[in-house]
Amino acid sequence: MMKEELETANRPDNTAFTQQRLPAWQPMLSAGIVIPGFVLIGLAFIGIGVALFIASQNITVLERDYTGVETVSDCYKCSNPSVKNCTCKLDFSLSNLFEGPVFFYYGLSNYFQSQRAYGASKDEYQLSGDLDYFKTPNSACSPYQYDANNNPIVPCGSLANSMFNDTFKLYQMVNGTKKLVPFDGKGIAWWTDYNIKYRNPSVTPLKNAFNGTVKPPFWSKPAYELDTSDPSNNGFVNQDFLVWMRRAALPDFRKLYRRITEGDYASGLPAGNYSLEIAYNYPVLSFGGRKKVVFSNVSWMGGKNQFLGIAYLVVGSLCVVMSMVMLIVYAKFKFPEDDK
Amino acid sequence: MDFSVLRNIISRYCAGEEYWVDSRTVYIGHKEPPPGAEAYIPQRYPDNRIVSSKYTLWNFIPKNLFEQFRRIANFYFLLIFLVQLIIDTPTSPVTSGLPLFFVITVTAIKQGYEDWLRHKADCSTNECPVDVVQQGTVVRTQSSKLRVGDVVMVREDETFPCDLILLSSSRDDGTCYVTTTSLDGESSHKTYYAVPDTMAFKTEQEVDSLHATIECEQPQPDLYKFVGRINIYKEREDPLARPLGAENLLLRGATLKNTEHIYAVAIYTGMDTKMALNYQSKSQKRSAVEKSMNAFLIVYLCILISKAVINTVLKYAWQCSPDRDEPWYNHRTEIDRGRHVVIRAFTDFLAFMVLFNYIIPVSMYVTVEMQKFLGSYFIAWDKDMYDEELGEGAQVNTSDLNEELGQVEYVFTDKTGTLTENNMEFIECCVDGHVYIPHAICNGQILSAASSIDMIDSSPGGYRREHEELFFRALCLCHTVQVKEEETVDSIKRGIHQGKPTSFYISSSPDEVALVEGMKRLGYTYLRLKDSHMEILNKDDEIERFELLHVLNFDSVRRRMSVIVKSSAGEYLLFCKGADSSIFPRVVSGKVEQVRARVEQNAVEGLRTLCVAYRSLSPAEYKEACYQLSNAKLALQDREQRLAQAYDLIERNFTLLGATAVEDRLQEKAADTIESLHKAGMKVWVLTGDKMETAAATCYASKLFRSSTQILELTKKRTEEQSLHDVLFDLSRTVLGQRSLSGLSVDCQDYGLIIDGATLSAVLKPSPESSGSGNYREIFLEICRNCSAVLCCRMAPLQKAQIVKLIKVSKEHPITLAIGDGANDVSMILEAHVGIGIMGKEGRQAARNSDYAIPKFKHLKKMLLVHGHFYYIRIAELVQYFFYKNVCFIFPQFLYQFFCGFSQQPLYDTAYLTLYNISFTSLPILLYSLIEKHVSIETLKRDPTLYRDVAKNSLLRWPVFLYWTCLGLFNACIFFFGAYFLFDNTTFTSNGQLMTTNTQMMFGNWTFGTLVFTVLVFTVTLKLALDTHHWTWINHFVIWGSLLFYVIFSLLWGGIIWPFMNYQRMYYVFMQMLSSGPAWLGIILLITISLLPDVVKKVLCRTLWPTATERAHR
Repeated sequence: MMKEELETANRPDNTAFTQQRLPAWQPMLSAGIVIPGFVLIGLAFIGIGVALFIASQNITVLERDYTGVETVSDCYKCSNPSVKNCTCKLDFSLSNLFEGPVFFYYGLSNYFQSQRAYGASKDEYQLSGDLDYFKTPNSACSPYQYDANNNPIVPCGSLANSMFNDTFKLYQMVNGTKKLVPFDGKGIAWWTDYNIKYRNPSVTPLKNAFNGTVKPPFWSKPAYELDTSDPSNNGFVNQDFLVWMRRAALPDFRKLYRRITEGDYASGLPAGNYSLEIAYNYPVLSFGGRKKVVFSNVSWMGGKNQFLGIAYLVVGSLCVVMSMVMLIVYAKFKFPEDDK
Repeated sequence: MDFSVLRNIISRYCAGEEYWVDSRTVYIGHKEPPPGAEAYIPQRYPDNRIVSSKYTLWNFIPKNLFEQFRRIANFYFLLIFLVQLIIDTPTSPVTSGLPLFFVITVTAIKQGYEDWLRHKADCSTNECPVDVVQQGTVVRTQSSKLRVGDVVMVREDETFPCDLILLSSSRDDGTCYVTTTSLDGESSHKTYYAVPDTMAFKTEQEVDSLHATIECEQPQPDLYKFVGRINIYKEREDPLARPLGAENLLLRGATLKNTEHIYAVAIYTGMDTKMALNYQSKSQKRSAVEKSMNAFLIVYLCILISKAVINTVLKYAWQCSPDRDEPWYNHRTEIDRGRHVVIRAFTDFLAFMVLFNYIIPVSMYVTVEMQKFLGSYFIAWDKDMYDEELGEGAQVNTSDLNEELGQVEYVFTDKTGTLTENNMEFIECCVDGHVYIPHAICNGQILSAASSIDMIDSSPGGYRREHEELFFRALCLCHTVQVKEEETVDSIKRGIHQGKPTSFYISSSPDEVALVEGMKRLGYTYLRLKDSHMEILNKDDEIERFELLHVLNFDSVRRRMSVIVKSSAGEYLLFCKGADSSIFPRVVSGKVEQVRARVEQNAVEGLRTLCVAYRSLSPAEYKEACYQLSNAKLALQDREQRLAQAYDLIERNFTLLGATAVEDRLQEKAADTIESLHKAGMKVWVLTGDKMETAAATCYASKLFRSSTQILELTKKRTEEQSLHDVLFDLSRTVLGQRSLSGLSVDCQDYGLIIDGATLSAVLKPSPESSGSGNYREIFLEICRNCSAVLCCRMAPLQKAQIVKLIKVSKEHPITLAIGDGANDVSMILEAHVGIGIMGKEGRQAARNSDYAIPKFKHLKKMLLVHGHFYYIRIAELVQYFFYKNVCFIFPQFLYQFFCGFSQQPLYDTAYLTLYNISFTSLPILLYSLIEKHVSIETLKRDPTLYRDVAKNSLLRWPVFLYWTCLGLFNACIFFFGAYFLFDNTTFTSNGQLMTTNTQMMFGNWTFGTLVFTVLVFTVTLKLALDTHHWTWINHFVIWGSLLFYVIFSLLWGGIIWPFMNYQRMYYVFMQMLSSGPAWLGIILLITISLLPDVVKKVLCRTLWPTATERAHR
């Protein structure tokens, strides 16, 4: 009796799992599946590629460098760092309608926003409106934590300090007169950044919250005066500030400055001559950088991006070629699957 | 022996304060010896507490941590963690601290639990009640309170609480029966003896009055060895000294049987007991996969270091120009500026190390260990390896070697009990050349046929008659068989119904049982041993009694055993039975030629033969023998050697009586198994202590040798004719000549080599010509390499291990497997890469010392061909895949350094860095490595040649490793540069059509990293999906579940402002990315590009160079 119990206790369970016999789907990468699969994938990719390519071709991009390296450039006079409050002009003409909505970007190159120390040099608690951190900013902000008089800098850190401060005004030349093209500066930053992540301290007026602090040394205006025209676009929830604070991944980048969506220009920039007035403040030549402005419109797949379309086309064609190669190999070596 | 003396001396001086002596003196009942006796040095002994636990509550944390960080991998991760804590590093210490903490905690919990179980077990053993005799009464106390010298009373079916010397028993003859099942698995009842002088102390009062001391050796782990001496003091008499041996020593763990109670004195307690000493762990074996894994790890460590060095150097080269070093927008702090450049560079180097350290993941060790541990259950669970008769399945003693089962190149197998059943059957005997065969044998069961003897030649002659009678008596007397008159005898022991239905013969050697049973069928029945008298029922139904005077036990060196008996007529007779080689040289008369011819003929038929001889002793000779034996037995030191000398002197001048033949049938499917192993490319060697002829016959029967096999002999017989040198060169010329002639068709002629122990030791012995020894060894190995089967006969246990070692260390370093069932196979089981024990009849020693134990030899087939194959491909994929996925993971980080000014900016968020190996990609590969089956079990069983596909570590060789690494690098470049081109200089933004609340926004660096990471997680998971051949619901669940988990986690991680974090950099990053159409298209594109080459490679390889396994798939 005991013996029997013992034996059954020792006997292994006869289940599919313990006997490694679970029912299973056993797919095989056989030529019969792979060749048609490759052809299908290839065709699909070519299709997507063509669509992407066409969409990308339809996007107009106008790009102008205004660093002022060349002496002929109007901005050459401003490129000397000792010149202050310099304004320069960039003229261009459009022969066709630049279809809207048009997006206006500024671009910087050889600029390492992706530096680790640079990116870490900010105080998230401060930027979320915590007043304690106005008095004692995060040490990561150093050397822009306190100024020489030991006053806390708000917003602290290299990232905020180096905020892009060139400003632009676009005029259309209509019959010899300058007609201002209205810019839309709303909603150029992430909605979540503007509404949730970055917060001003709940002190009114906002200026009082900044008592006892100083503005970043590079800034010309304190944070609460960034946009004098719109009080809700001040402090840390300034759209331009937020755009700047979202670090670019690569050293050559462009950031959205304004959109052209209003008035006569809602459908785009009509053909004609334009003049861009630039308040040239931001030094880039000291580190070998360049500045540029970009006008672009977008399609269903975003901005102009040849790469994606071409890549799809190449991969799609490769798939088809590969299936041909495999077919040849198949014909030559008689696929074993057929011998069955 | 000299060594042990030396060792004693050394340990004596090294023991330091502790006064070390070779022997201990035990006062029975703690009574001081009379003043006249020698002055003994008092010693302190441990109490009888068994401590198998490693930790206590207090030292658990420090000790366990220390143990864990002694592992080089853990220590490495600890270093990385400390570096992260100390210097300003790109990633938070959490990223490496959390996984390390996890691993350490899980291991600590597991070890803590195991230790808690041990504590519990210790507790219950230590508290179990024991009866101790104190002042003439029996007192119950706890086992742990027992001290050396206590007199203990043990009742029937109780387990001995410590090692005891038997003083007296309730049986009249001072014996007791004991089973040692829990010690060595032998379920037979062994008889233990009390010293005759203490036998009479039968009550507790009497025992208490006993005044004696015991001198014995210090505890040693050998279960079967013990030497000691008991000195009994009587009133005004010289102390009486009696020898004590293993037959007096009752071991802790054994159980008293068939004896009402015994009195015994404790001599070894607690951790000194032989059982405790035997707990010492065996040396750990490491598998070939583990070795490759460590080699790969070193490569990766080099990659890691070179990556860090390259980046550090580039950083400083790049920073040469001041505008790059410190652009106005990114000024350094004063403190940082003040640092010396060397310190800065070193800090940078460490920071890069930290950033890239994930390339060697903590979780790989955990996953590999889990895979091995959990995977080993499939062996134990396998019902095909369950033996109904034994009621047991396969048993896994170590899970470290699962994959090694798929790598075996040499199989060393024992013959008796492994290839054969070890189920002996008496076939015939021959007396002076006349053959006697009992008949009526049916299915191994013997029908009662006591009187029918088929005599080939029945002409009686006086001389012959006398020999015949002596022969039968010899076989009835010269053995250690016990008669069991009980119903509840273990069913495993084959019993035979005697006159009374309830008596069985029991012996540790099945041969002896077969012989005694055979004798019964020939008319001579051994009845019992009573009062030192052996009783035999002879042909004429008369009871003959012989006084058993001495038993010269069997040992594997002598290969014979003897008894000295006194017949009722007062004649002293010495009967000896043993292997022909150990008997013939000692024979002086008898019909040697006829017997030898018969023995050889039987051996050729595969029967096990024994020769029987006797010697008549004159009283003077007997006295002399007695003197020598007792002298040797009394010796406290070198007793073994002195006994052997004594035996040698006594066992000579024999008269040959005859020989016996016993058949040991082949195990079921042994031939099929060997054939499969051959087809799988394994070389099978049979190592046996048997005679050449017997062994060769078994080899033919088991298809190890086929009729086409050309047999090469390297035996003593041949080396006697020619010199060893010539024979070796002859053989190698034959083998190699054939090879060069046959050219392509190598397999056309296969060779089998037969070598015997004597020749082997000559081959291995360093020869006098200094250069020669290595040569012989090399030539011998060369011959062996070209033989498909080798038979080594007449092997001593140690020689078996020697052979295994010889092959193991030969220049190809093949993986060896040893399989055996008996104690004599233990050494080779321990020596081989994989040791397999058969749960056989000769006790459990082999099974206990093995890495895996199986019930039958035939189970080896499934073990190797199916389980081994599966485990190997599983772990190979596991290892390669782990390295691959971490290259994919870390290489983009390396590339990113070129675009962030070598500032150690991490590409991925902390959570992704931490969880990548722990949760996003861990389960699919673990489950894959547990349940993947690239072909069905049936295919593997049907076609053993598939085993060759994984032979020689084929899936973990450098080219394969290189392929995986290159694939990883390729994928990493695709991920990174794909994302780069999507971002580079073009507006990779969301156009606001998918999420209406947002319009055109910039994507920052975290989006870039998240894009790369998303592609990465999907690619490596889908790569595994492509490699999966066997999709059970579990695979579906973990693969798709992991991907789903990643998406859900990312949504959650980015969807909430986490209050406890001081940065919210991932906030809405994942959602924003998904709101962008190009991101989706980009992800799909990059995953496809990454996977395409592997698919193409797979399909083309399948078509152009299919492996045998893939062909079998069709």
